Amino acid sequence: MFQFAQRRKLYYLISALIIIPGLIAMVISTIQNGSPVLLSIDFTGGTLMEVSFVEDFDEQQIRDALNAYGLEDIVVQRLDPIPTDNIEGVHDAAGSRWQLRTKEIENIDNFRDHLRESLGEFWSPQSVEDDPKREAAITTSSVSATVGREVTRAALTATLAVAVVILGFIVFAFRRVPHAFRYGACAIIAMFHDILITMGVMSILGLLFGWEADALFLTALLTVVGYSVQDKIVVFDRIRENIPKHRDEPYELIVNRSVLETVHRSLATQLNAIFVMIAIVLFGGETIREFIAILLIGLVSGTYSSIFTAVPLLVSWEKGELPFVNRDAKRLRHEAPAAG
Amino acid sequence: MRRYRLWLAIILVVAAVAAWLSLPGNPGIRLDLDGDGEYEVNREIKVVQGLDLQGGSRVLLQAAPGTSYDDTTMEQARQNVERRVNGLGVSEAVVQRQEGGRIIVELPGVQEQAVAFDAIKSTGLLEFVDFTNISPGQYAEGDCILTTGQVETAEARLSEGEEPLALTDYTCASEDPDVEPDRALLNGNRPFTTIMTGAGLADAAPVIEGQIGTSWAVNFVLQGGGEGVDSFLQYVGSHSNQPMAIVLDGRLLSYPTIQPDLASSARAGTMDGGIITGSFTRDEAQVLAAQLKYGALPIPLDIIAFDTIGPSLGEISVERSIRAGVIGVATVLLFMLVYYRVPGIAADLALLLFVVVNFALFKLIPVTLSLPAITGFLISIGTAVDGNILIFERMKEELRFGRSMERAIEAGFDRAWTSIRDSNLSTIIICMILYFFGSAFGASAVRGFAVTLGLGLVINLFTAVLATRVFLHSIVLLSGDVLRRRPKLLGV
Repeated sequence: MFQFAQRRKLYYLISALIIIPGLIAMVISTIQNGSPVLLSIDFTGGTLMEVSFVEDFDEQQIRDALNAYGLEDIVVQRLDPIPTDNIEGVHDAAGSRWQLRTKEIENIDNFRDHLRESLGEFWSPQSVEDDPKREAAITTSSVSATVGREVTRAALTATLAVAVVILGFIVFAFRRVPHAFRYGACAIIAMFHDILITMGVMSILGLLFGWEADALFLTALLTVVGYSVQDKIVVFDRIRENIPKHRDEPYELIVNRSVLETVHRSLATQLNAIFVMIAIVLFGGETIREFIAILLIGLVSGTYSSIFTAVPLLVSWEKGELPFVNRDAKRLRHEAPAAG
Repeated sequence: MRRYRLWLAIILVVAAVAAWLSLPGNPGIRLDLDGDGEYEVNREIKVVQGLDLQGGSRVLLQAAPGTSYDDTTMEQARQNVERRVNGLGVSEAVVQRQEGGRIIVELPGVQEQAVAFDAIKSTGLLEFVDFTNISPGQYAEGDCILTTGQVETAEARLSEGEEPLALTDYTCASEDPDVEPDRALLNGNRPFTTIMTGAGLADAAPVIEGQIGTSWAVNFVLQGGGEGVDSFLQYVGSHSNQPMAIVLDGRLLSYPTIQPDLASSARAGTMDGGIITGSFTRDEAQVLAAQLKYGALPIPLDIIAFDTIGPSLGEISVERSIRAGVIGVATVLLFMLVYYRVPGIAADLALLLFVVVNFALFKLIPVTLSLPAITGFLISIGTAVDGNILIFERMKEELRFGRSMERAIEAGFDRAWTSIRDSNLSTIIICMILYFFGSAFGASAVRGFAVTLGLGLVINLFTAVLATRVFLHSIVLLSGDVLRRRPKLLGV
């Protein structure tokens, strides 16, 4: 029988190996950018522009052009050109495509003209012959500092609301369980484990590839948290059900049995969600890719932490291995009353 | 078993209606209730694409700081903006009011900031101005002219206790933010006299001027008995061979000389309109005509955010999302079939029903399909089978305990129900929170995701539990003893 609960130290170590680099990245990011993950203009305000040129440039040329417009603190990133294989009437791919992030630009038309003058024509998926009214492949998004602050406030409210809902959900789910606090605490610790992993990965990706946390990142995080807690509750539910059935067995064995009984469901459910997400990451629209990738990481972490964090923690707690909280645990062993 | 037959019939009807609604060429719902040839119920049914898929621009407007507004004036402003935008010929523009004196405008297909801003924002104060004894060439097109009309408008907007601006301090905003605004020109030491404003016009339309069609003008029709129309006719009638200026937002458009025959037609009362020339581009003429037609805004609005989305990305995104969706659904269908065998068939049927019902509702409600919205839908497909998985795992356990097939199926559904309900409910609540988060302008992408994911979870409660149960019972009935003899077919 696979031993979920017995090798718990190994699982703690694996979690730590993923979380610690993430924490380091968050510290570095906080020193460099003032926030643990790179924040997008959704929160900070500013202008984000994606633009394709007919010609190719190196990054310095782009920077020079922006500096000439009086823009200083800029983030320039090269993107893959828009794939043209499935647009009718398109012959040539763009020479280069860029993502530019600056402080808020008020006159976008002016700025576009400036880019056109200094770097040449914008690339468009239609050729002039096909469509005289062709439109350049440019996407801009400007957020004023005020709107950014509002989104930040809305984000904090949403996070708080989700926290309250989850807490309520946990209290409700374990309302008639002995040691309800212990189960609740383990579920919440495992949830923070998922948040740390997701944030840490995002922070690393931010440092390495400039991934920015936008409103959708927060959405992914909150969704992950919801799914994660559900998963834990299903496993814990089963432990609670099994305790009175197998009174003579040690707690570890009961826990192990419960995990084995629910692991099919956990894996099957997560696998299906993961299939769909991988399909979107591989084949889906590009603008949504970062969002799905974060969702995917969070979901995998949530599945992992149900089995390899929440449950081992429960056993550690039971066996008095946890610092600070275990004065009475040994005494309570095998005392589990009939479940409701 | 009669109960299941009834449910099966209901489910089949729902499936048929949903499939009809999902058809790409759906003509819409049209009902002629009283038989007079006019449709009392006329609902178009089609997919509403989000701006990120269509390409276009999005503008957030806010009542200027210090102005007071209430529900009525905001609604009036919204309607004015909507009329102007529609007057531009933008199809399916969305103009919505938001909390805090805000209006969101979505303009599919519009890429130029200037076009979007002009249509929405500029107050569009058009004036016909007394230019008696001004000789041609004395002023140039684009000069900043101060009129009595502008002074009146500015003074009406003053808040209590605020000092009116000195006549010499009026300026015209410049198009280039780096250039100092022009100081307004006076007629001697007084403003020019406004004869009539755009409020006296009944209609305006852009027309091509000249033969090549490179230059555009705006044709207008006077409103009989409208504000200032009488003074206008009187001025035209009595100022033969004198100029009259046309000023828009303080800028001189042109000051044509009144021809004698126009003057006499004004005197005779047969003059009903005219033309405003000013060598406009087509877009400019369109904007001006829309502004004349639909008037100024009751509240000055500031633009506080502006987004544009290039069209090509959207086109690719749609194709890719469809492809990703098909691949994702196919994988899930296959997984359920391989892993759970016969119950998997029931789950697959339920999943197909889920997809069709969802899509039908997207078109019927309608739900605006942006990329995040499509993603929310796809993820709801991925998690839709969770309910089935919970049920089938329970079922397998019951079978292993030696229960009969029928009782195992019943037990599976009954015991898994609370888990399914709880897990769906908690995610639905999170979706609601996300929906409110998404009502902030900058986070609006979140809203589509929350709507489709939440809708999917609600529908899932119906398809994963009820539909699967009915399908599974039908299959068991049809298959007779085969299933009983071969538990492998049930995935055990």
